Amino acid sequence: MKIKIKREIFVEYEVDLEDATLLEVLNHIKTTQDATLTFASGCRSSVCGSCSMRVNGREVLACSYKVQDGDEVMPLKNIPIIRDLVVDMDKSYTFNKLSKAWLNPNDETISISQEDEKRNEVQSDCILCGSCYSACPVYAVNGEFKGPFSLTRVFKYVADKRETNEKEKIDAIQTNGIWDCTLCNECTMVCPQDISSKADIEKLRMKSSVYGYMDPNFASFGGGLSF
Amino acid sequence: MQKNILIIGAGGAGLTSALSACEAGAKVKVITKEYPTRSQTCMAQGGINASLGNAGEDSVESHIKNTLKSAHFLADKKMVKFLCEQAPDAINYLDSIGVCFSRTKEEKIAQRTLGGASAPRACYAQDYTGLKILHTLYDRCLAEENIEILSERYLLDFILDEDAINGAKVLNIRTGDIETYKASAVIVATGGYARLYDKHSTNSKSSTGDGVATALRAGVKLSNMEFIQFHPTALKNSAILISESARGAGGHLLNSKGDRFVDELLPRDKVARAIDEQIKKGEDVFLDIRHLGEKFIDEELPQERKLAKLYENVDPVSDLIPIKPVAHYTMGGIAVDANSQTNIKGLFAVGECANHNVHGANRLGGNSLLELIVFGREVGKYATANAKEVDAHVEIQTLEREVKKPEINFYEIKKELGDLFYNLVGIVRDADGLEEALKTVQNYILLLPKMGAEDDSKIHNTNYVEFLEFKNTLTLAEVILDSALFREESRGAHFRSDFQEENKKFEKDTIIDKGGIL
Repeated sequence: MKIKIKREIFVEYEVDLEDATLLEVLNHIKTTQDATLTFASGCRSSVCGSCSMRVNGREVLACSYKVQDGDEVMPLKNIPIIRDLVVDMDKSYTFNKLSKAWLNPNDETISISQEDEKRNEVQSDCILCGSCYSACPVYAVNGEFKGPFSLTRVFKYVADKRETNEKEKIDAIQTNGIWDCTLCNECTMVCPQDISSKADIEKLRMKSSVYGYMDPNFASFGGGLSF
Repeated sequence: MQKNILIIGAGGAGLTSALSACEAGAKVKVITKEYPTRSQTCMAQGGINASLGNAGEDSVESHIKNTLKSAHFLADKKMVKFLCEQAPDAINYLDSIGVCFSRTKEEKIAQRTLGGASAPRACYAQDYTGLKILHTLYDRCLAEENIEILSERYLLDFILDEDAINGAKVLNIRTGDIETYKASAVIVATGGYARLYDKHSTNSKSSTGDGVATALRAGVKLSNMEFIQFHPTALKNSAILISESARGAGGHLLNSKGDRFVDELLPRDKVARAIDEQIKKGEDVFLDIRHLGEKFIDEELPQERKLAKLYENVDPVSDLIPIKPVAHYTMGGIAVDANSQTNIKGLFAVGECANHNVHGANRLGGNSLLELIVFGREVGKYATANAKEVDAHVEIQTLEREVKKPEINFYEIKKELGDLFYNLVGIVRDADGLEEALKTVQNYILLLPKMGAEDDSKIHNTNYVEFLEFKNTLTLAEVILDSALFREESRGAHFRSDFQEENKKFEKDTIIDKGGIL
């Protein structure tokens, strides 16, 4: 089986492994053929988010993708490449901070029902693999767009009954945030944890309107009509 | 100037320590060789113990009793008492910062039974308990201006000033530079060393005992290094963990004849040995959860279903899951006192890399996540109270590394070391096997000058980092073997076929430093 890996240029490797995950193949190449091949990995069970990359243009976790002959493996898009398949996630992680994606602790114990628990269960499955930033066409043109995983994380905390300062988070995501999204749904399509940031962004828009925020595109559009 | 705390490792223990040190008024730097949310903690599935009694009657006393029983007289009763008493508060803390625990119909935190527990005691978040705790801790760290997390930094050495800690030397993996961080208090939270068993381990590739080995080189004492827990149920081919909650919920262990051969809810050491016996008789062993039903499996064990399909091509809803026991958790580690202090002043250790004497010879499921939170919260406070105000500037040097073509591929030796340990230093051990393993390991150490990184890049050289990790595991391999040979008895996870009984003489910790057994 032959696969091509995008390094400085595409490099072709031949491996004799059957029914193997991409991570197994990459490890095989690194330990037996080419020790310079550089990629990140960790848990090999799809929870640490280290081995996100692209195969034939599509975002995957290397540990849960079964390799096919002729596959082309590339690093994530839109995120600075450090070396080979390793990208620098620092900036994407920073958006969580800018978006204030955390819970402000509460002094009282708030009772959470099974129904409440379901409100953000899926969002709290996020592993920060960054596949959604790679697939996002808005982030591709606006490097300051807070992006899918951080907005999902904001929704996670806004939807949490224990959160005491919902408004702080809603305020934080108005600029380069929820209104910049085109709702194209690419993030949902590539998420290994079946999270839909697009749906979360829509819900955050509704929340924002409760706080008096309006879609700025719509507002300027409306105001600019003069016929 | 503010008190500066340096924390090495950003898993559950490191981040909890960071939050508590910050709360105590310190300025905190956390370095991790990965990214914080990629740490081993994210793999913990089963749960975190606290005797809340939300799903059945329970008490702190029962929690203590179960923990001590599993520890086989090696745990410190006072430490266990502290751990179990603090447990409900640890859960309240996690709940207060937003961990999405599963709930009962009565709107309480749901709990389930793990092996060795007399009650449903493990609080959980589906089978993503560790992931959700780790991410929530990380999110809270972002809210704190006084916590800075630096990713992709690899611990090289501790810096000592006479007999006190003075900081750490760290490789910036991205740039290839060596960075020196000064601090009068350093908390090691680098995780365990079960990845020494290579492919025979449930652990992340990063659980290579870096902090433990680095501490040993600096003159720190280690304890009970021979106690390594084998998890009874990992997927046969990939060593991926199937959580104990599968057995807790009523899963059966079957051999090739379809017979059950052990009480599935015994502590992990006993179940692992029973399975090992079957395998040595030529049987294949399977976990059967078919009778639990698809709805239950999808609700409570979704990861397991996905992973069994991916790695073994079986669907637990309709098929038996082929399993084997593999290395899962290391009870031993850096010897610390009740304040998490090592024998070097200002150097602390917490989490799996440390031995707080709460697990003894065998850890109970659900107690490891608990340990991270309980002792993490303590050590942050204590380290801050005892830290001095020092100038925390960072020095940067260029790494000078002699690069020559290695004669031996260390990846091959790494694999051999894993096989060697699984076969001779695994579930069942004896003097002959341990001696043979020791000789082999010493030979590997002699061959080290012929090994090395082939890759000469300064930028993000994972080949070089993996070689450093391998050297650390090799250092620990020798220490584990010395300790395992010394302990001529069977106790908990350390089972010697040539000394099958517990011996009162060994009812104490095995303490070792770079000079050997103390």
